[in-house]
Amino acid sequence: MSNLAVTEAPPGRVPLDALHRRLGARIVPFAGYDMPLHYPAGIVAEHLHTREKAGLFDVSHMGQAILAGAGAAQLLETLAPADLIELAPERTRYTQLLDDSGGILDDLMATRLPGRDERLFLVVNAATKVQDFALIARKLPQLALHVQQTRAMLALQGPRAVDALKGLLPGVEELSFMEWRALDYEGAGIYVTRSGYTGEDGFEISLPAAIAEGFALRLLDHPDVGPVGLGARDSLRLEAGLCLYGHDIDATTDPVDAGLVFSIGKRRRDEGGFPGFARIRAALDQGPARLRVGLAPQGKAPVREGAPILASDGRQIGRVTSGGFSPSLARPIAIGYVERALAEPGTSLTTELRGRPIELVVTKLPFVPHRYVHLRKDRT
Amino acid sequence: MTATRFTTDHEYVRVDGDIGVVGVTDYAQSQLGDIVFIELPSVGKKIAKGEQLATIESVKAASELFSPVSGEVVEVNGELDTSPALVNEDPLGAGWFVKLRLSEPDELADLLDEDAYQTHVNTL
Repeated sequence: MSNLAVTEAPPGRVPLDALHRRLGARIVPFAGYDMPLHYPAGIVAEHLHTREKAGLFDVSHMGQAILAGAGAAQLLETLAPADLIELAPERTRYTQLLDDSGGILDDLMATRLPGRDERLFLVVNAATKVQDFALIARKLPQLALHVQQTRAMLALQGPRAVDALKGLLPGVEELSFMEWRALDYEGAGIYVTRSGYTGEDGFEISLPAAIAEGFALRLLDHPDVGPVGLGARDSLRLEAGLCLYGHDIDATTDPVDAGLVFSIGKRRRDEGGFPGFARIRAALDQGPARLRVGLAPQGKAPVREGAPILASDGRQIGRVTSGGFSPSLARPIAIGYVERALAEPGTSLTTELRGRPIELVVTKLPFVPHRYVHLRKDRT
Repeated sequence: MTATRFTTDHEYVRVDGDIGVVGVTDYAQSQLGDIVFIELPSVGKKIAKGEQLATIESVKAASELFSPVSGEVVEVNGELDTSPALVNEDPLGAGWFVKLRLSEPDELADLLDEDAYQTHVNTL
């Protein structure tokens, strides 16, 4: 028995829409929503503020759902390659929805909720949420999929995030990276995960839409917290070497060539039972034909998505999937796919920009080290 | 005598004798956001009005600057190589792009004066 309420048109406005406009955001359409690209401080200042203090992001456009029913974890394993059966309560795991050839339909976070009923809390990308939830409902009809249309989502990221958030939600400082907790805030249920998409310590906060603005304003009252738009969200995740769905990963890429093998459960690499297992097993055994790598363009000109990647003999061996300027490093950085033989860090490749060659040096990811906080050894 | 003329695309040319200093307006820099790299033409290059004169890379995207007038490049702003943010900080002053020796001074008559440009910006 599945809930198909996901066919409703998206509302177009996030619960914090009025606040974004009051804060002077430059608003752009993104995945069907009006979203803040940046605030008056600008992308570079917002980016650096997040790395130095704490940035508050509205990610309410993302999809949130609870998948409930006996065997929910085992059944979701038929769509995604993570080990979900052994995921402990209040633990979050990164995984992907795969198509029958192992291509990535979306990437998502799954949390095993506490309690006797078997429930998983899912957070998926905005642009793909309607298809994702339709797919899950169709493939797993024995489960109930409760789409959380009335919850907003904020991310608070940066080294000061924990101090700013614990004033409103005592206890968050006890969470370890990828640990989840339901906390009470003035009678409302807030779900907090110590996670994010910037490479910094921080939290993703799911809360009722009705209290989202008040909660955001209280966070913004903290002297170390500033609002951050989608522009800096993108430059932060690029520095952290993290994939943006629809750009660095899509149905033409799989978890092996995308460098996401860490997210395939060890048991599942042998047992399979997820879409595209044969192709993924072969890629694990023989190595993938190509790999996602970091690229350091030499010089100052940013190299952007779509730029060709050429070997020294001029042969095209790949394509840039994300690229831009790194505010933290004050130089251009990029991500792309290259033939495996040319994926070693230090390999010199080229691209063409406005008719001129630019050297690209293959670089280890991330460009800026992750600063996740592990308070205890992961239980799983 | 100095006069500044503007295009509806937010370029300016500040004319002093037969030399025009070309750049982008404050409105343009505010729309572009943080500028991180500028590709300028070579000195000696001859440019026709409306031709691409420079590429501006902001954090967000690449944009082109089209020349508001025809002429020959006699100087480029080398400071922009190390400090492209000058365009954000002082677009009409230290953030200039190139100096052109005007070959068709009559083209200036087609451009907006400051009041007309301000009126144009106010409609956006």
